[in-house]
Amino acid sequence: MITAVQKPFNEIHGMVRECRNLLVLGCGTCVTVCMAGGEKEVGILASTLRLANREQKISMKITEDTIERQCDREFFDAVRDKVEAADAVLSMACGVGVQFASEVFEGKRVFPALNTKFYGTNESVGIWSERCAGCGTCVLDKFGGVCPIARCSKSLLNGPCGGSQNGKCEVDQERIDCGWQLIYDRMKSLGLLHLLEANEPLKDWSTGRDGGPGKIVREDMVL
Amino acid sequence: MNTQLQTELKADSKLERILAAGHFAVTAELGPPKSADIEVIKTKAGHLTGKVDAVNITDNQTAIVRMSSIAAGALAMQMGLEPVIQITCRDRNRIAIQSDVLGAAALGLRNILCLTGDHQCFGNHGTTKNVYDMDSIQLINVLKCMRDDKKFACGDEIRNGKKEPIVEPRIYIGAAANPFGDPFEFRVIRLAKKVNAGVDFVQTQCIYDMERFEEWMRQVRERGLHEKVRILAGVTPLKSAGMARYMRDSVAGLSVPDYYIERMEKAEDKAAEGIKICVEQIERFRDIEGVAGVHIMAIEWEHRVAEIVERAGLLPRPEAA
Repeated sequence: MITAVQKPFNEIHGMVRECRNLLVLGCGTCVTVCMAGGEKEVGILASTLRLANREQKISMKITEDTIERQCDREFFDAVRDKVEAADAVLSMACGVGVQFASEVFEGKRVFPALNTKFYGTNESVGIWSERCAGCGTCVLDKFGGVCPIARCSKSLLNGPCGGSQNGKCEVDQERIDCGWQLIYDRMKSLGLLHLLEANEPLKDWSTGRDGGPGKIVREDMVL
Repeated sequence: MNTQLQTELKADSKLERILAAGHFAVTAELGPPKSADIEVIKTKAGHLTGKVDAVNITDNQTAIVRMSSIAAGALAMQMGLEPVIQITCRDRNRIAIQSDVLGAAALGLRNILCLTGDHQCFGNHGTTKNVYDMDSIQLINVLKCMRDDKKFACGDEIRNGKKEPIVEPRIYIGAAANPFGDPFEFRVIRLAKKVNAGVDFVQTQCIYDMERFEEWMRQVRERGLHEKVRILAGVTPLKSAGMARYMRDSVAGLSVPDYYIERMEKAEDKAAEGIKICVEQIERFRDIEGVAGVHIMAIEWEHRVAEIVERAGLLPRPEAA
Protein backbone atom coordinates (compact mmCIF):
# COMPACT_ATOMS: atom_id res chain seq x y z
CA MET A 1 0.00 0.00 0.00
CA ILE A 2 0.90 3.65 -0.20
CA THR A 3 1.74 4.85 3.30
CA ALA A 4 1.33 8.33 4.69
CA VAL A 5 1.38 10.27 7.93
CA GLN A 6 -0.59 13.34 8.89
CA LYS A 7 1.10 16.70 8.54
CA PRO A 8 1.67 18.72 11.72
CA PHE A 9 -1.66 20.27 12.72
CA ASN A 10 -0.41 23.85 12.61
CA GLU A 11 0.76 23.40 9.04
CA ILE A 12 -2.67 22.08 8.04
CA HIS A 13 -4.47 24.86 9.88
CA GLY A 14 -2.22 27.44 8.27
CA MET A 15 -3.17 26.14 4.82
CA VAL A 16 -6.94 26.26 5.35
CA ARG A 17 -7.49 29.11 7.82
CA GLU A 18 -8.79 31.49 5.13
CA CYS A 19 -11.49 29.02 4.03
CA ARG A 20 -15.07 29.70 5.03
CA ASN A 21 -16.52 26.38 3.93
CA LEU A 22 -14.18 23.41 4.06
CA LEU A 23 -14.74 19.79 3.11
CA VAL A 24 -12.42 17.35 4.89
CA LEU A 25 -12.30 14.38 2.55
CA GLY A 26 -10.93 10.99 3.56
CA CYS A 27 -9.89 8.08 1.42
CA GLY A 28 -11.07 4.54 2.15
CA THR A 29 -8.14 2.60 0.76
CA CYS A 30 -4.39 2.70 1.58
CA VAL A 31 -4.47 5.61 4.02
CA THR A 32 -7.37 4.05 5.89
CA VAL A 33 -5.34 0.87 6.32
CA CYS A 34 -2.29 2.80 7.52
CA MET A 35 -4.53 4.89 9.78
CA ALA A 36 -3.61 8.29 8.41
CA GLY A 37 -6.55 9.48 6.32
CA GLY A 38 -9.63 7.26 6.69
CA GLU A 39 -13.05 8.04 8.13
CA LYS A 40 -11.81 7.96 11.71
CA GLU A 41 -8.94 10.35 11.03
CA VAL A 42 -11.26 12.66 9.10
CA GLY A 43 -13.47 12.90 12.21
CA ILE A 44 -10.56 13.66 14.49
CA LEU A 45 -8.98 16.24 12.18
CA ALA A 46 -12.31 17.99 11.55
CA SER A 47 -12.98 18.21 15.31
CA THR A 48 -9.49 19.52 16.00
CA LEU A 49 -9.92 22.15 13.29
CA ARG A 50 -13.26 23.23 14.78
CA LEU A 51 -11.67 23.59 18.22
CA ALA A 52 -8.75 25.59 16.85
CA ASN A 53 -11.12 27.81 14.85
CA ARG A 54 -13.25 28.48 17.93
CA GLU A 55 -10.17 29.36 19.97
CA GLN A 56 -8.85 31.69 17.29
CA LYS A 57 -12.30 33.11 16.46
CA ILE A 58 -12.19 31.88 12.88
CA SER A 59 -15.55 31.39 11.23
CA MET A 60 -15.42 28.25 9.10
CA LYS A 61 -18.04 25.65 8.23
CA ILE A 62 -16.50 22.19 8.16
CA THR A 63 -18.14 19.16 6.56
CA GLU A 64 -16.72 15.65 6.50
CA ASP A 65 -16.87 12.72 4.14
CA THR A 66 -14.80 9.73 3.08
CA ILE A 67 -14.94 8.04 -0.30
CA GLU A 68 -13.74 4.59 -1.31
CA ARG A 69 -10.73 5.88 -3.30
CA GLN A 70 -9.50 9.31 -4.35
CA CYS A 71 -7.45 7.87 -7.20
CA ASP A 72 -10.49 6.76 -9.25
CA ARG A 73 -12.88 9.19 -10.92
CA GLU A 74 -16.09 7.26 -10.30
CA PHE A 75 -15.90 7.48 -6.51
CA PHE A 76 -15.99 11.28 -6.51
CA ASP A 77 -19.60 11.31 -7.77
CA ALA A 78 -20.81 10.55 -4.24
CA VAL A 79 -19.42 13.84 -2.87
CA ARG A 80 -19.90 16.10 -5.88
CA ASP A 81 -22.56 18.23 -4.11
CA LYS A 82 -20.49 18.67 -0.97
CA VAL A 83 -17.48 19.71 -3.03
CA GLU A 84 -19.57 22.22 -5.00
CA ALA A 85 -20.80 23.75 -1.75
CA ALA A 86 -17.33 24.04 -0.23
CA ASP A 87 -14.77 26.64 -1.20
CA ALA A 88 -11.91 24.19 -0.66
CA VAL A 89 -11.20 20.53 -0.02
CA LEU A 90 -8.77 19.27 2.61
CA SER A 91 -7.86 15.87 1.22
CA MET A 92 -6.67 13.17 3.57
CA ALA A 93 -5.63 10.96 0.67
CA CYS A 94 -2.08 10.30 -0.51
CA GLY A 95 -0.46 12.67 -3.00
CA VAL A 96 -2.16 10.79 -5.83
CA GLY A 97 -5.59 11.39 -4.35
CA VAL A 98 -4.94 15.08 -3.65
CA GLN A 99 -3.88 15.65 -7.25
CA PHE A 100 -6.69 13.60 -8.71
CA ALA A 101 -9.27 15.46 -6.60
CA SER A 102 -7.81 18.70 -8.04
CA GLU A 103 -8.21 17.34 -11.57
CA VAL A 104 -11.78 16.18 -10.99
CA PHE A 105 -12.92 19.38 -9.29
CA GLU A 106 -11.60 22.04 -11.59
CA GLY A 107 -11.51 25.48 -10.01
CA LYS A 108 -11.49 24.11 -6.46
CA ARG A 109 -8.45 24.32 -4.22
CA VAL A 110 -7.46 20.98 -2.77
CA PHE A 111 -5.06 20.98 0.19
CA PRO A 112 -2.99 18.00 1.36
CA ALA A 113 -3.46 16.94 4.98
CA LEU A 114 -0.92 14.12 4.74
CA ASN A 115 2.72 13.62 3.87
CA THR A 116 2.88 10.62 1.55
CA LYS A 117 5.79 8.36 2.48
CA PHE A 118 6.37 5.15 0.50
CA TYR A 119 5.08 1.83 -0.85
CA GLY A 120 5.24 -0.27 2.25
CA THR A 121 3.78 -2.74 4.62
CA ASN A 122 2.49 -2.80 8.17
CA GLU A 123 5.26 -4.91 9.66
CA SER A 124 3.79 -4.87 13.18
CA VAL A 125 1.33 -2.82 15.21
CA GLY A 126 2.09 0.85 14.67
CA ILE A 127 5.09 0.21 12.39
CA TRP A 128 5.15 0.56 8.63
CA SER A 129 8.20 0.10 6.46
CA GLU A 130 9.19 0.56 2.84
CA ARG A 131 9.35 -2.40 0.48
CA CYS A 132 9.29 -1.08 -3.10
CA ALA A 133 10.79 1.92 -4.86
CA GLY A 134 8.76 1.57 -8.05
CA CYS A 135 11.86 1.37 -10.25
CA GLY A 136 9.91 -0.14 -13.13
CA THR A 137 12.14 -3.21 -13.60
CA CYS A 138 11.61 -5.67 -10.80
CA VAL A 139 14.76 -7.47 -9.68
CA LEU A 140 13.30 -9.41 -6.75
CA ASP A 141 13.93 -12.75 -8.51
CA LYS A 142 17.67 -12.24 -8.11
CA PHE A 143 17.69 -11.23 -4.46
CA GLY A 144 15.49 -13.77 -2.75
CA GLY A 145 12.50 -11.46 -2.72
CA VAL A 146 14.23 -8.65 -0.81
CA CYS A 147 14.69 -5.44 -2.79
CA PRO A 148 18.18 -3.88 -2.66
CA ILE A 149 16.91 -0.70 -4.28
CA ALA A 150 14.20 0.00 -1.73
CA ARG A 151 15.83 -1.54 1.31
CA CYS A 152 19.49 -0.56 1.04
CA SER A 153 20.05 3.12 1.92
CA LYS A 154 22.38 3.39 -1.09
CA SER A 155 20.41 1.10 -3.44
CA LEU A 156 23.52 -1.04 -3.89
CA LEU A 157 23.16 -3.95 -6.31
CA ASN A 158 26.38 -5.84 -5.58
CA GLY A 159 26.37 -6.37 -1.85
CA PRO A 160 26.55 -4.52 1.45
CA CYS A 161 28.70 -1.44 1.95
CA GLY A 162 31.13 -1.27 4.87
CA GLY A 163 28.47 0.26 7.09
CA SER A 164 26.50 -2.93 7.70
CA GLN A 165 26.89 -3.84 11.35
CA ASN A 166 25.03 -6.48 13.34
CA GLY A 167 22.27 -6.52 10.75
CA LYS A 168 21.71 -2.78 10.94
CA CYS A 169 22.33 0.08 8.51
CA GLU A 170 24.86 2.80 9.29
CA VAL A 171 22.22 5.42 8.49
CA ASP A 172 20.20 4.49 11.59
CA GLN A 173 21.51 1.61 13.65
CA GLU A 174 18.39 1.55 15.80
CA ARG A 175 15.65 1.59 13.22
CA ILE A 176 16.90 0.50 9.80
CA ASP A 177 17.77 -3.10 9.00
CA CYS A 178 20.63 -3.59 6.54
CA GLY A 179 18.85 -4.61 3.35
CA TRP A 180 21.86 -6.62 2.28
CA GLN A 181 21.97 -8.57 5.53
CA LEU A 182 18.32 -9.49 4.82
CA ILE A 183 19.19 -10.50 1.26
CA TYR A 184 22.18 -12.51 2.45
CA ASP A 185 20.20 -14.34 5.15
CA ARG A 186 17.33 -15.08 2.77
CA MET A 187 19.58 -16.38 -0.02
CA LYS A 188 21.53 -18.46 2.48
CA SER A 189 18.34 -20.06 3.80
CA LEU A 190 17.28 -20.77 0.21
CA GLY A 191 20.67 -22.35 -0.51
CA LEU A 192 21.22 -19.78 -3.25
CA LEU A 193 24.17 -17.80 -1.89
CA HIS A 194 26.23 -18.56 -4.99
CA LEU A 195 23.84 -16.46 -7.08
CA LEU A 196 24.98 -13.36 -5.19
CA GLU A 197 28.48 -13.82 -6.59
CA ALA A 198 27.38 -12.71 -10.05
CA ASN A 199 28.30 -9.13 -10.89
CA GLU A 200 25.18 -7.04 -11.32
CA PRO A 201 25.63 -4.62 -14.25
CA LEU A 202 24.64 -0.95 -14.33
CA LYS A 203 20.93 -0.53 -13.86
CA ASP A 204 18.66 1.10 -16.39
CA TRP A 205 16.95 3.71 -14.24
CA SER A 206 14.95 5.08 -17.16
CA THR A 207 12.08 2.68 -16.45
CA GLY A 208 11.38 4.52 -13.21
CA ARG A 209 11.26 8.15 -12.14
CA ASP A 210 14.43 8.98 -14.10
CA GLY A 211 12.59 8.34 -17.36
CA GLY A 212 10.25 11.22 -16.58
CA PRO A 213 6.77 11.02 -15.02
CA GLY A 214 5.54 7.45 -15.38
CA LYS A 215 2.77 6.50 -17.75
CA ILE A 216 1.36 3.10 -18.66
CA VAL A 217 -0.47 2.79 -21.97
CA ARG A 218 -2.10 -0.58 -22.58
CA GLU A 219 -2.80 -0.63 -26.30
CA ASP A 220 -5.02 -3.68 -25.84
CA MET A 221 -7.29 -1.69 -23.56
CA VAL A 222 -7.23 1.84 -24.94
CA LEU A 223 -10.57 2.79 -26.49
CA MET B 1 62.37 -1.30 -16.50
CA ASN B 2 62.30 -3.67 -19.43
CA THR B 3 59.94 -3.14 -22.31
CA GLN B 4 58.13 -6.38 -21.66
CA LEU B 5 56.88 -5.19 -18.26
CA GLN B 6 56.38 -1.68 -19.57
CA THR B 7 53.84 -2.89 -22.12
CA GLU B 8 52.06 -4.91 -19.46
CA LEU B 9 51.48 -1.85 -17.33
CA LYS B 10 47.92 -0.64 -17.55
CA ALA B 11 48.37 2.96 -16.58
CA ASP B 12 52.09 3.32 -15.90
CA SER B 13 51.50 5.11 -12.63
CA LYS B 14 54.27 5.13 -10.05
CA LEU B 15 52.10 3.08 -7.69
CA GLU B 16 51.51 0.48 -10.39
CA ARG B 17 55.23 0.28 -11.19
CA ILE B 18 56.20 -0.12 -7.53
CA LEU B 19 53.67 -2.91 -7.02
CA ALA B 20 54.61 -4.55 -10.32
CA ALA B 21 58.24 -4.58 -9.25
CA GLY B 22 57.23 -6.48 -6.11
CA HIS B 23 58.05 -3.74 -3.61
CA PHE B 24 55.98 -3.47 -0.43
CA ALA B 25 54.03 -0.32 -1.31
CA VAL B 26 53.25 2.51 1.08
CA THR B 27 50.35 4.87 0.52
CA ALA B 28 48.90 7.58 2.72
CA GLU B 29 45.94 9.88 2.71
CA LEU B 30 45.48 13.59 2.22
CA GLY B 31 42.14 15.18 2.99
CA PRO B 32 41.54 18.29 0.86
CA PRO B 33 40.74 21.52 2.71
CA LYS B 34 37.25 22.69 3.63
CA SER B 35 38.09 25.91 1.82
CA ALA B 36 39.86 27.12 -1.30
CA ASP B 37 43.11 27.36 0.67
CA ILE B 38 46.02 25.78 -1.21
CA GLU B 39 48.33 26.20 1.80
CA VAL B 40 46.63 23.30 3.58
CA ILE B 41 47.53 20.99 0.71
CA LYS B 42 51.08 22.36 0.60
CA THR B 43 51.62 21.73 4.29
CA LYS B 44 50.22 18.20 4.20
CA ALA B 45 52.07 17.39 0.96
CA GLY B 46 55.29 18.61 2.53
CA HIS B 47 54.98 15.96 5.25
CA LEU B 48 54.41 13.16 2.75
CA THR B 49 56.66 13.88 -0.24
CA GLY B 50 59.33 11.21 -0.58
CA LYS B 51 57.98 9.25 2.37
CA VAL B 52 55.22 7.32 0.59
CA ASP B 53 54.61 6.05 -2.95
CA ALA B 54 51.19 7.55 -3.50
CA VAL B 55 48.61 9.54 -1.60
CA ASN B 56 44.84 9.09 -1.62
CA ILE B 57 43.00 12.35 -2.13
CA THR B 58 39.66 11.88 -0.44
CA ASP B 59 36.36 12.78 -2.10
CA ASN B 60 34.25 14.78 0.32
CA GLN B 61 34.83 12.16 2.99
CA THR B 62 32.09 11.65 5.56
CA ALA B 63 29.93 13.73 3.22
CA ILE B 64 31.49 17.01 4.32
CA VAL B 65 32.10 19.52 1.55
CA ARG B 66 35.76 19.91 0.69
CA MET B 67 37.84 20.92 -2.30
CA SER B 68 37.25 18.42 -5.13
CA SER B 69 39.53 15.40 -5.11
CA ILE B 70 40.62 15.98 -8.71
CA ALA B 71 41.53 19.63 -8.15
CA ALA B 72 43.34 18.85 -4.90
CA GLY B 73 45.01 15.86 -6.57
CA ALA B 74 46.26 17.97 -9.47
CA LEU B 75 47.71 20.47 -6.99
CA ALA B 76 49.29 17.69 -4.92
CA MET B 77 50.90 16.33 -8.08
CA GLN B 78 52.45 19.75 -8.78
CA MET B 79 53.87 19.54 -5.27
CA GLY B 80 55.60 16.25 -6.07
CA LEU B 81 53.12 13.65 -4.84
CA GLU B 82 51.56 10.87 -6.83
CA PRO B 83 47.83 11.13 -6.13
CA VAL B 84 45.22 8.38 -5.95
CA ILE B 85 41.98 10.16 -6.76
CA GLN B 86 39.06 8.87 -4.74
CA ILE B 87 35.68 8.91 -6.46
CA THR B 88 32.49 8.07 -4.63
CA CYS B 89 29.15 7.14 -6.15
CA ARG B 90 27.21 9.31 -3.73
CA ASP B 91 27.31 12.65 -5.51
CA ARG B 92 27.67 11.99 -9.23
CA ASN B 93 25.97 9.88 -11.86
CA ARG B 94 27.67 7.95 -14.66
CA ILE B 95 27.76 11.02 -16.91
CA ALA B 96 29.51 13.22 -14.35
CA ILE B 97 31.93 10.52 -13.20
CA GLN B 98 33.07 9.52 -16.69
CA SER B 99 33.51 13.19 -17.51
CA ASP B 100 35.64 13.62 -14.38
CA VAL B 101 37.70 10.54 -15.26
CA LEU B 102 38.52 12.06 -18.67
CA GLY B 103 39.44 15.30 -16.96
CA ALA B 104 41.59 13.54 -14.37
CA ALA B 105 43.44 11.60 -17.07
CA ALA B 106 43.98 14.78 -19.09
CA LEU B 107 45.54 16.38 -16.01
CA GLY B 108 47.95 13.45 -15.73
CA LEU B 109 46.28 11.72 -12.79
CA ARG B 110 46.68 7.97 -13.18
CA ASN B 111 45.26 6.28 -10.10
CA ILE B 112 41.57 6.29 -9.26
CA LEU B 113 40.01 4.62 -6.26
CA CYS B 114 36.34 3.62 -6.58
CA LEU B 115 34.17 3.96 -3.49
CA THR B 116 30.49 3.72 -2.67
CA GLY B 117 30.75 6.75 -0.39
CA ASP B 118 29.53 7.54 3.11
CA HIS B 119 25.84 8.32 3.30
CA GLN B 120 25.08 12.05 3.32
CA CYS B 121 23.46 11.76 6.75
CA PHE B 122 26.96 11.77 8.27
CA GLY B 123 27.98 15.08 6.74
CA ASN B 124 27.10 18.75 6.82
CA HIS B 125 24.40 18.65 4.12
CA GLY B 126 22.05 16.07 5.55
CA THR B 127 19.06 17.34 3.58
CA THR B 128 20.65 16.75 0.17
CA LYS B 129 19.64 14.18 -2.44
CA ASN B 130 22.11 11.36 -3.08
CA VAL B 131 22.83 9.77 -6.44
CA TYR B 132 24.07 6.16 -6.22
CA ASP B 133 23.43 5.70 -9.94
CA MET B 134 25.98 2.91 -9.66
CA ASP B 135 27.82 1.16 -6.86
CA SER B 136 31.58 0.94 -6.38
CA ILE B 137 31.79 -2.44 -8.12
CA GLN B 138 29.96 -1.14 -11.18
CA LEU B 139 32.18 1.95 -11.13
CA ILE B 140 35.30 -0.26 -11.25
CA ASN B 141 33.91 -1.92 -14.35
CA VAL B 142 32.98 1.38 -15.98
CA LEU B 143 36.62 2.54 -15.55
CA LYS B 144 37.97 -0.76 -16.82
CA CYS B 145 35.78 -0.56 -19.94
CA MET B 146 36.91 3.02 -20.51
CA ARG B 147 40.57 1.98 -20.26
CA ASP B 148 40.60 -1.47 -21.89
CA ASP B 149 37.63 -1.47 -24.27
CA LYS B 150 38.04 2.25 -24.91
CA LYS B 151 34.32 2.72 -24.55
CA PHE B 152 31.97 4.69 -22.36
CA ALA B 153 29.37 2.92 -20.23
CA CYS B 154 26.83 3.46 -23.02
CA GLY B 155 29.05 1.63 -25.53
CA ASP B 156 30.21 4.70 -27.48
CA GLU B 157 33.90 4.82 -28.35
CA ILE B 158 36.04 7.35 -26.50
CA ARG B 159 36.78 9.65 -29.42
CA ASN B 160 35.80 13.14 -30.34
CA GLY B 161 34.40 12.16 -33.76
CA LYS B 162 34.44 9.32 -36.28
CA LYS B 163 37.67 10.52 -37.87
CA GLU B 164 39.30 11.53 -34.61
CA PRO B 165 41.63 9.22 -32.68
CA ILE B 166 40.50 7.18 -29.71
CA VAL B 167 42.09 8.68 -26.61
CA GLU B 168 41.08 6.62 -23.60
CA PRO B 169 42.02 7.38 -19.99
CA ARG B 170 44.93 5.25 -18.74
CA ILE B 171 43.90 4.58 -15.16
CA TYR B 172 45.24 2.25 -12.48
CA ILE B 173 42.02 1.16 -10.81
CA GLY B 174 41.67 0.87 -7.07
CA ALA B 175 38.94 0.08 -4.61
CA ALA B 176 38.41 -0.32 -0.90
CA ALA B 177 37.86 -3.57 0.94
CA ASN B 178 36.30 -3.85 4.35
CA PRO B 179 37.11 -7.13 6.10
CA PHE B 180 35.14 -6.07 9.18
CA GLY B 181 31.65 -5.18 8.00
CA ASP B 182 28.81 -7.65 8.18
CA PRO B 183 27.90 -10.19 6.97
CA PHE B 184 31.50 -11.34 7.37
CA GLU B 185 31.15 -14.24 4.91
CA PHE B 186 30.10 -11.79 2.21
CA ARG B 187 33.24 -9.64 2.58
CA VAL B 188 35.44 -11.90 0.51
CA ILE B 189 32.64 -12.26 -2.07
CA ARG B 190 32.65 -8.47 -2.39
CA LEU B 191 36.38 -8.60 -3.12
CA ALA B 192 35.86 -11.38 -5.67
CA LYS B 193 33.23 -9.23 -7.41
CA LYS B 194 35.63 -6.30 -7.45
CA VAL B 195 38.27 -8.52 -9.04
CA ASN B 196 35.71 -9.69 -11.61
CA ALA B 197 34.84 -6.08 -12.32
CA GLY B 198 38.51 -5.36 -13.09
CA VAL B 199 40.09 -3.81 -10.01
CA ASP B 200 43.91 -3.60 -9.95
CA PHE B 201 44.55 -2.80 -6.28
CA VAL B 202 42.59 -2.52 -3.07
CA GLN B 203 43.22 -0.72 0.18
CA THR B 204 41.46 -2.09 3.23
CA GLN B 205 39.49 -0.30 5.90
CA CYS B 206 41.75 0.43 8.86
CA ILE B 207 42.65 -2.73 10.69
CA TYR B 208 42.89 -3.20 14.44
CA ASP B 209 41.47 -6.70 14.73
CA MET B 210 44.46 -8.57 13.32
CA GLU B 211 42.92 -12.01 13.87
CA ARG B 212 39.85 -11.16 11.83
CA PHE B 213 42.00 -9.59 9.13
CA GLU B 214 44.17 -12.72 8.94
CA GLU B 215 41.05 -14.87 8.72
CA TRP B 216 39.81 -12.69 5.87
CA MET B 217 43.20 -12.96 4.13
CA ARG B 218 42.99 -16.73 4.48
CA GLN B 219 39.64 -16.62 2.65
CA VAL B 220 41.19 -14.30 0.06
CA ARG B 221 44.02 -16.75 -0.60
CA GLU B 222 41.64 -19.69 -0.67
CA ARG B 223 39.99 -18.06 -3.67
CA GLY B 224 43.34 -17.10 -5.20
CA LEU B 225 42.31 -13.45 -5.16
CA HIS B 226 45.68 -12.27 -3.82
CA GLU B 227 47.18 -13.28 -7.14
CA LYS B 228 44.73 -11.15 -9.10
CA VAL B 229 44.68 -7.95 -7.07
CA ARG B 230 47.32 -6.09 -5.04
CA ILE B 231 46.10 -5.76 -1.47
CA LEU B 232 47.28 -2.89 0.71
CA ALA B 233 46.42 -3.30 4.39
CA GLY B 234 44.95 -0.17 5.96
CA VAL B 235 46.07 1.27 9.29
CA THR B 236 45.12 4.33 11.29
CA PRO B 237 47.47 5.17 14.16
CA LEU B 238 45.61 5.71 17.42
CA LYS B 239 46.26 9.10 18.99
CA SER B 240 44.59 8.49 22.35
CA ALA B 241 42.59 5.97 24.36
CA GLY B 242 39.52 8.09 23.70
CA MET B 243 40.03 7.75 19.96
CA ALA B 244 40.45 3.97 20.36
CA ARG B 245 37.16 3.72 22.24
CA TYR B 246 35.45 6.01 19.72
CA MET B 247 36.65 3.84 16.82
CA ARG B 248 35.37 0.75 18.62
CA ASP B 249 31.98 2.15 19.65
CA SER B 250 30.98 4.69 17.04
CA VAL B 251 32.46 3.81 13.67
CA ALA B 252 30.33 1.37 11.69
CA GLY B 253 32.35 -1.49 10.29
CA LEU B 254 35.27 -1.21 12.71
CA SER B 255 36.30 -3.31 15.65
CA VAL B 256 39.15 -2.41 18.03
CA PRO B 257 40.23 -5.27 20.29
CA ASP B 258 40.39 -4.62 24.03
CA TYR B 259 44.12 -5.32 24.21
CA TYR B 260 44.86 -2.24 22.08
CA ILE B 261 42.48 -0.13 24.14
CA GLU B 262 44.19 -1.29 27.34
CA ARG B 263 47.63 -0.49 25.94
CA MET B 264 46.45 2.99 24.98
CA GLU B 265 44.90 3.54 28.41
CA LYS B 266 48.02 2.44 30.29
CA ALA B 267 50.55 4.28 28.13
CA GLU B 268 52.08 7.47 29.46
CA ASP B 269 52.77 8.86 25.99
CA LYS B 270 49.57 7.95 24.17
CA ALA B 271 50.70 9.17 20.75
CA ALA B 272 53.97 7.23 20.97
CA GLU B 273 52.08 4.09 21.96
CA GLY B 274 49.66 4.54 19.05
CA ILE B 275 52.58 4.80 16.64
CA LYS B 276 54.25 1.78 18.23
CA ILE B 277 51.10 -0.30 17.73
CA CYS B 278 50.88 0.90 14.14
CA VAL B 279 54.51 -0.05 13.41
CA GLU B 280 53.97 -3.49 14.96
CA GLN B 281 50.93 -4.00 12.75
CA ILE B 282 52.86 -3.07 9.61
CA GLU B 283 55.63 -5.52 10.56
CA ARG B 284 53.00 -8.23 10.94
CA PHE B 285 51.37 -7.38 7.58
CA ARG B 286 54.70 -7.92 5.84
CA ASP B 287 54.63 -11.55 6.89
CA ILE B 288 51.11 -12.20 5.63
CA GLU B 289 51.05 -13.84 2.22
CA GLY B 290 49.12 -11.70 -0.24
CA VAL B 291 49.58 -8.34 1.48
CA ALA B 292 51.36 -6.14 -1.06
CA GLY B 293 51.64 -2.95 0.92
CA VAL B 294 50.27 -0.70 3.60
CA HIS B 295 47.86 2.20 3.42
CA ILE B 296 48.38 4.64 6.30
CA MET B 297 45.33 6.73 7.07
CA ALA B 298 46.72 9.15 9.63
CA ILE B 299 43.70 11.36 10.12
CA GLU B 300 44.93 14.96 10.49
CA TRP B 301 48.26 13.45 11.54
CA GLU B 302 50.08 13.61 8.24
CA HIS B 303 53.21 14.94 10.00
CA ARG B 304 53.63 11.63 11.85
CA VAL B 305 53.48 9.42 8.73
CA ALA B 306 57.21 9.68 7.93
CA GLU B 307 58.07 8.48 11.44
CA ILE B 308 55.77 5.46 11.06
CA VAL B 309 57.19 4.55 7.66
CA GLU B 310 60.75 4.93 8.89
CA ARG B 311 60.25 2.90 12.06
CA ALA B 312 58.58 0.18 10.01
CA GLY B 313 61.82 -0.04 8.04
CA LEU B 314 60.21 1.12 4.81
CA LEU B 315 62.44 4.12 4.10
CA PRO B 316 63.90 5.12 1.77
CA ARG B 317 61.12 4.44 -0.70
CA PRO B 318 62.26 2.64 -3.85
CA GLU B 319 62.70 4.59 -7.04
CA ALA B 320 60.01 3.51 -9.48
CA ALA B 321 61.85 3.06 -12.74
